Amino acid sequence: MSDVRYTDQHEWIRLEGDEAVVGITKYAAEALGDVVFVELPASGKAVNAGGEAAVVESVKAASDIYAPVGGTVTGSNAVLEKEPSKVNEDPEGAGWFFKMKLSDKGELTKLMDAAAYAKYLETL
Amino acid sequence: MRYLPLTPDDRRVMLARIGAPDVDALFRDVPKPALAPLSAFNLPDTQGEMEVERTLSKLAARNVAAGAAPFFCGAGAYKHHVPSAVDHLIQRSEFLTSYTPYQPEIAQGTLQYLFEFQTQVALLTGMDVANASLYDGSTATAEAVLMAQRITKRGKTVLSGGLHPHYAETVETVAGLAGVVSRSPVTPGSAEDIIALIDEDTACVVVQSPDVFGLIRNLRPIADAAHAKGALLIAVVTEVVSLGLLEPPGAQGADIVAAEGQSIGNGLNFGGPYVGLFATREKFLRQMPGRLCGETVDAEGRRGYVLTLSTREQHIRREKATSNICTNSGLCTLAFTIHLSLLGEEGLTRLARINHAKAGALADRLAALPGVEVVTQAFFNEFTIKLAKPAAPVVEALAHLGVIAGVPASRLLPHDKACENLLILAATETNTDDDFAALAKALQEVL
Amino acid sequence: MSMNNQGRPTSSGEAFPASIATISGDRGLDHEEALIFELGHGATGVDLPDVKVPDARLGGQRRKSAIGLPGLSEPEVIRHYVRLSRMNYAIDAGLYPLGSCTMKHNPRLNEKMARLPGFGDLHPLAPHSTTQGALELISQLMNWLTTLTGMPAVAMSPKAGAHGELCGLLAIRAAIAARGENRKRILVPESAHGTNPATAAFAGFTVDEVPAKPNGHVDADALKAKLGPDVAAIMLTNPNTCGLFEGEVKEIADAVHAAGAYFYCDGANFNAIAGKVRPGDLGVDAMHINLHKTFSTPHGGGGPGAGPVVLSERLAAYAPVPLLVADGKGLRLIEDQAAVPAGAKPFGRMCAFHGQMGMFVRALTYMLSHGRDGVRQASEDAVLSANYILASLKDVMSAPFGDGPCMHEALFDDSFLEGTGVTTLDFAKAMIDEGYHPMTMYFPLVVHGAMLIEPTESESKASLDRFIHVLHTLATEARAKQTERFAGAPHLAPRRRLDETAAARKPVLRWKPDVLKKAAE
Repeated sequence: MSDVRYTDQHEWIRLEGDEAVVGITKYAAEALGDVVFVELPASGKAVNAGGEAAVVESVKAASDIYAPVGGTVTGSNAVLEKEPSKVNEDPEGAGWFFKMKLSDKGELTKLMDAAAYAKYLETL
Repeated sequence: MRYLPLTPDDRRVMLARIGAPDVDALFRDVPKPALAPLSAFNLPDTQGEMEVERTLSKLAARNVAAGAAPFFCGAGAYKHHVPSAVDHLIQRSEFLTSYTPYQPEIAQGTLQYLFEFQTQVALLTGMDVANASLYDGSTATAEAVLMAQRITKRGKTVLSGGLHPHYAETVETVAGLAGVVSRSPVTPGSAEDIIALIDEDTACVVVQSPDVFGLIRNLRPIADAAHAKGALLIAVVTEVVSLGLLEPPGAQGADIVAAEGQSIGNGLNFGGPYVGLFATREKFLRQMPGRLCGETVDAEGRRGYVLTLSTREQHIRREKATSNICTNSGLCTLAFTIHLSLLGEEGLTRLARINHAKAGALADRLAALPGVEVVTQAFFNEFTIKLAKPAAPVVEALAHLGVIAGVPASRLLPHDKACENLLILAATETNTDDDFAALAKALQEVL
Repeated sequence: MSMNNQGRPTSSGEAFPASIATISGDRGLDHEEALIFELGHGATGVDLPDVKVPDARLGGQRRKSAIGLPGLSEPEVIRHYVRLSRMNYAIDAGLYPLGSCTMKHNPRLNEKMARLPGFGDLHPLAPHSTTQGALELISQLMNWLTTLTGMPAVAMSPKAGAHGELCGLLAIRAAIAARGENRKRILVPESAHGTNPATAAFAGFTVDEVPAKPNGHVDADALKAKLGPDVAAIMLTNPNTCGLFEGEVKEIADAVHAAGAYFYCDGANFNAIAGKVRPGDLGVDAMHINLHKTFSTPHGGGGPGAGPVVLSERLAAYAPVPLLVADGKGLRLIEDQAAVPAGAKPFGRMCAFHGQMGMFVRALTYMLSHGRDGVRQASEDAVLSANYILASLKDVMSAPFGDGPCMHEALFDDSFLEGTGVTTLDFAKAMIDEGYHPMTMYFPLVVHGAMLIEPTESESKASLDRFIHVLHTLATEARAKQTERFAGAPHLAPRRRLDETAAARKPVLRWKPDVLKKAAE
């Protein structure tokens, strides 16, 4: 779990070898309410750190998901197309959004680790 | 003032509770120079119902109502008979004076009829899903083009020459912002070769059937050609009663249908309010503009309806919305739904056949007149004739003889020489043999 | 004594427990109603002869399969829609405190006038010699709109407020292009109605949000700081969506004009100032007017609307076709973009034909009925009523900008509900059980859990007092954590809370005959 990093926009990113998996945190999923639809990025899409990568919709809101770091999207979670509820059920596991290849692993160190994110949540 | 319940005593008591000396104190944030005195407004003072009615009746009396003369205008708005029950029902307080159904628990009346309307439109057009109405057929067409641009991620739009020119101008104004819009040549009475204009940059092709000259088009080959190049076919219908007799666009490969529903439930009203129909395939559902009503259950398991997929709309998505639409056609939509419920399958199919028969009889009658050539060979209830002289002055002369003889094509296409002598006529179930006789007689006088 | 041998009981009997199920599923005057497709049975509500037509002139396009429409007789259709109507709340039946919607009374004379055959049965493309009365009506309405707003011109064709916004922005875009400039940014307050940024994006601009100050007013300094050679326009609502008049509007307008940009005003809140303040005097370049808000045309369950746009001298030339002109022969519409009078440079056409004539008749009827003094009085009463509500409720409900007067609507937030477990949504749903449509919720976005109340001038003082009493009590109970009314409200409406998540996850947007349903499974 020490591989997981967090942004202040409530995305998490977990490095698995050369690829990283991205999703939203439990806090974000709860704030969103019941997720009804997810718009996932296409493979090959280039993203910058903080750039829009995906959209998650609940009944009353649509939120942009930002790429935590720069890179290229290599795949997305097809399960979410049929079962958007997975985002609410298991946001930090089976409810992941997309995978990406990082252009600069060093960008990860700028993000919060689990302890820092937990502290950040207390300030909100 | 009959619409204002507050009395001077009320106002005094209310001001006292607020703690303000007078009502102008409540306008304290308005810069003094901007507070206009009553005399700044050069307008009449309050009047009673009787006086207002007198003024408006005089204005109305200066117009020639369609029902007051032999009448043959179409070109995007059609005179049909609307059963009396429709107008009674839409004037019920709970329909007339209710708001958008944002609180579904106390708006099931509105929501259920929207669900019925969406079903009716899907059935009529042969498509999978329809929205809860847009403003009218022309803005629906523009929205369809924008939707096709979003789906295909391409910017080029090709408009058929048979598309109602007002619709084409609307598309150019609105959709021209995001891409290039081109019109294929205008070929009254025949189908232009629009397939030749479709290429790999085309987002969509827009074809109206029956077209503005009345010609029934075969959409299937155009749909196939568009799909082969990765483009979409948008089918436009301005006379929705035609769907009671003709193959619907959905059975011919259309991807989006944009139509004008005015013919059912709604009067001519000098151009508005009308009702835009919008339908598409299941796979394009999330790209649809406008409101959508969906079925669900309440906390006690009872079936109910809600506005849904609102995250596409302006109040949620704001600058990323599929459109900026807020209002739909509400009461006009209800009128459509009620009229179609009264007609039913048998009624609509009979109505359509009567319309076609009337137009056929009129065409035959006019073809027999010297100096008149019927240009449209396949039509529903509207066709175009070619006169030996410019049609616009003929229509003016006929109006002075008490006949409203249709729409000269030059009114819609003033710069197309080929249209100068063309006259577009519609005949519906409201036309009688006497109307036809009057038109024929007057035409012979004028031609 | 003579005995009552009739046998008819005269006492009212024992109370009927509300929980007893009825046999029919209906309860008294509350009827459940199926879909028209479930009720259809091959009857007909319109008598038409059965005419046969040959294929000869149908171009091979005769319909091959049935449409699938249900058939019912007239009494069945009337009963169906009457029952549906009775599940709706309506202004005629009760106060509708929806902020920014202006749910005022819809006069019935409007309906009668719109249905005069000379207006209702008139074709838009009939020869001008047969429609002079209609064109005169449009001309008179244009005069009312330009006079009330102090603006020189008005574009009549937009079909709704949002459509009017688009019209205004397209005029601005054309004006900028005519100067040979390229300005792509539009400044929009964060408190703006969603149509503002949506329309700006639609018209090809990028949206730059301007923050609000803690007092609810737009941050004029921040706004001015954002001005630059790439800014096309600002979009302001005045009074703003917090119900406050932007007192710095003239300074803002001057700065905007000095920077070469335009001032678009969202006219949704015109009911606060009609007949008292002229937007033209505030430096507005374009403003749409919602005839279905300020000028009483009916809301009709969501439409139709009408959104004519008044234009300043700077923008008048760019108004879209058709243009209404008077010449020696009378009034006529110029529909041909190439045939407009010298100086006119229309940016195009917003829609087919000329606009929402049916709503024009209604709006002019209302204007003539009120007169200029009535319009002014209506605005004053609207503002008075909103302030009366604010003054009466701010001791128990939190009004973030309640220190001073509001305009025609009063804004509350959910601070007063903190720690009670009751949300703005629960509070609103409890109002339904009390017989009221909830106020606008969660808008504007600049306060938390917003509740925006606009009573309009159509409520009597007795009605306002009753409304205040109910809200005051609800708020007091919520604060005292007496939450029974709120949990799971509403309980008494035709439906309880509906599952909007299920509706969005698995959309069912139409009825399907069984054969289609099975195929889909």
